[in-house]
Amino acid sequence: MFINTKKFAIGVGCAFALSVGTVTGAAADNGYGGPYGFGSVASAADIAKIDIDVMPDGRGAPPGQGTYEEGKVVYADTCAACHGEDMSKPVPGTGAAALRGGRGSLTSGAPNKTIESYWPYASTVFDFVKRAMPLHAPGSMTDDEIYAVVAYILAEGDIIGKDVVMNADMIGKVQMPNRNGFIADPRPDIFNYE
Amino acid sequence: MDYSADKEDEKNRLQIEGMIAAENRALADRKSEEELCECKDGMFPTTGRRGFLTGAVAAAGATALMVNKASAEAPAGSIEFPVPADPTKEQGRLTNDDGGYGTRSQFESEVRWRFPTATQESSWTMTPLDKSVGIMTPSGLHFERHHGGIPTINPASHTLTVHGMVDTPKTFTMADLHRFPSVTRTCFIECSGNGLTEWKQPTLKTVQGTHGLTSTSEWTGVPVSTILRECGVQDGAAWGLAEGRDAAVMTRSAPLDKLWDDAILAYAQNGEALRPEQGYPLRLMLPGYEGNTHIKWLRRLEISDIPFQTREETSKYTDLLDSGKARQFSFTMEAKSVITYPSGEMKLPGAGFYEITGLAWSGRGRVKRVEVSTDGGNSWQLAELQSPVMPVCHTRFRFPWRWDGKPTIIQSRCQDETGYVQPTIKQLVDERGLGGHAKFASIYHLNGIQSWGVDSDGSVKNVHQY
Repeated sequence: MFINTKKFAIGVGCAFALSVGTVTGAAADNGYGGPYGFGSVASAADIAKIDIDVMPDGRGAPPGQGTYEEGKVVYADTCAACHGEDMSKPVPGTGAAALRGGRGSLTSGAPNKTIESYWPYASTVFDFVKRAMPLHAPGSMTDDEIYAVVAYILAEGDIIGKDVVMNADMIGKVQMPNRNGFIADPRPDIFNYE
Repeated sequence: MDYSADKEDEKNRLQIEGMIAAENRALADRKSEEELCECKDGMFPTTGRRGFLTGAVAAAGATALMVNKASAEAPAGSIEFPVPADPTKEQGRLTNDDGGYGTRSQFESEVRWRFPTATQESSWTMTPLDKSVGIMTPSGLHFERHHGGIPTINPASHTLTVHGMVDTPKTFTMADLHRFPSVTRTCFIECSGNGLTEWKQPTLKTVQGTHGLTSTSEWTGVPVSTILRECGVQDGAAWGLAEGRDAAVMTRSAPLDKLWDDAILAYAQNGEALRPEQGYPLRLMLPGYEGNTHIKWLRRLEISDIPFQTREETSKYTDLLDSGKARQFSFTMEAKSVITYPSGEMKLPGAGFYEITGLAWSGRGRVKRVEVSTDGGNSWQLAELQSPVMPVCHTRFRFPWRWDGKPTIIQSRCQDETGYVQPTIKQLVDERGLGGHAKFASIYHLNGIQSWGVDSDGSVKNVHQY
């Protein structure tokens, strides 16, 4: 969709050099254009410390695993206080979202957008929980705990079986109910052109 | 309607009700100030209370202690000083006694107000456009949207790491970034949720409520393209993930073409370092894209072949249509305008001359023209644009109006340099449906024409007029 056509473009720096060059006659060595050499090479170990994202095809998912039964415990301990015991009725005043239910509601005129009904990728659940949950202690859950709670949430939403072990291999393979529910932005969609 | 089977709408309804309450509180504060106000022009009642304190505080010999005590009562961003009966008859405050960084006048009290979300960590504030002049938003009034509060970050320990599909992954300190050639650009940021209460019916009363999620600043930083060349982008790369260093570790994917084109790693705003609530010490600027993509407290940029499908670009910031399908990656903020004066809750003192003024902007480039109607859309006339008109930037328009004292509706509509003309709200609803939200419509990307009704008594109200 987006082609990297500019990889070989000389770009802003050189355009600048040309315009300055007409004045100074020294376009070639006015200093702009790079590479400048600032910054340091990032080691794989340095990157690993902050490279926490998990992509929709499962790339980036860390080692570890979790089961429905383990996830049930994690959910009760870590999530239920805000998202509610059964995931479909968040506790009022917490700002938490419903995680389950709403399937088939998107065309109803009263959509209930949950992980079950709306989220197109299971990877997003792992990714978001790892970076931002729980609200009072973000980033505090282990990878095993996160895999487990993802297994629990998805199984409670009837998306996977309760016997599915969630891990790096499985996270990119889950077929979410609303996987094909998204379309590209067609705007401008209103034409008042003269 | 059975709300138990209607979670999303229920949440929207509670949010909107809360927002109405918050605006009413702000209006009540204003009203109490207005009652103390001598000016009685009624249009800008926020001026007043402070002036009335003249003489109430000892005029001379104010100690630092007294100033501190008084400042607790001063409007945010100001310090309350004693007001002399005649400032020509005594010396004023000492030069540089403010510690070297100034404050605004104690007589100016407009502030952002907060959308009453359940938590103050994940919330947003609206810019008071009612009194805005020119095109710049003061840094302290720039709207905010936070997902995990405002982190306190020491720039000495902050780095940006660029990795993924690059030849050489690199980490840059803030000092490194400041050494690169810089660019400065004045542009708006608008939240795509701006106006979310206004799809179906006029809901909030003031322009701060209906349009306060847009602001303009001058931003300075390093072009992302410079950094991409520094690292070398590999064939097949098409997207980049921007990640913040807040408690939400906020992420959005952006097309690589956009990163090459005009994206900026901004470290400065309006001539000084970024405000903490605007991403200090580093934020990504994607001019013309919805505000959510301008990742604050930027710590990481990962180049990839596909988008990352983060929570903020799947669960949120997607536009559900009546068909049940949702538009995704609807980045661009389309052309929009609004009359900021006169606007909702103001009161014109009587027939006669008024200079209608407002803001227009487009994520696709420059505003080409703005038209104003003072007869409910029956006729339109060109407004004057404040120059220079900059691309992807608030553009101030002005229009002279002699009000005959009769009830009417005033509106503005703009056209950008692509030829796109700002639509009516009805056109947007007809095209997109109500986003599946039978009661509250879509959330994002409302850029329809705003209408203000002027009553015969001069009062101005938010109305819908197609």
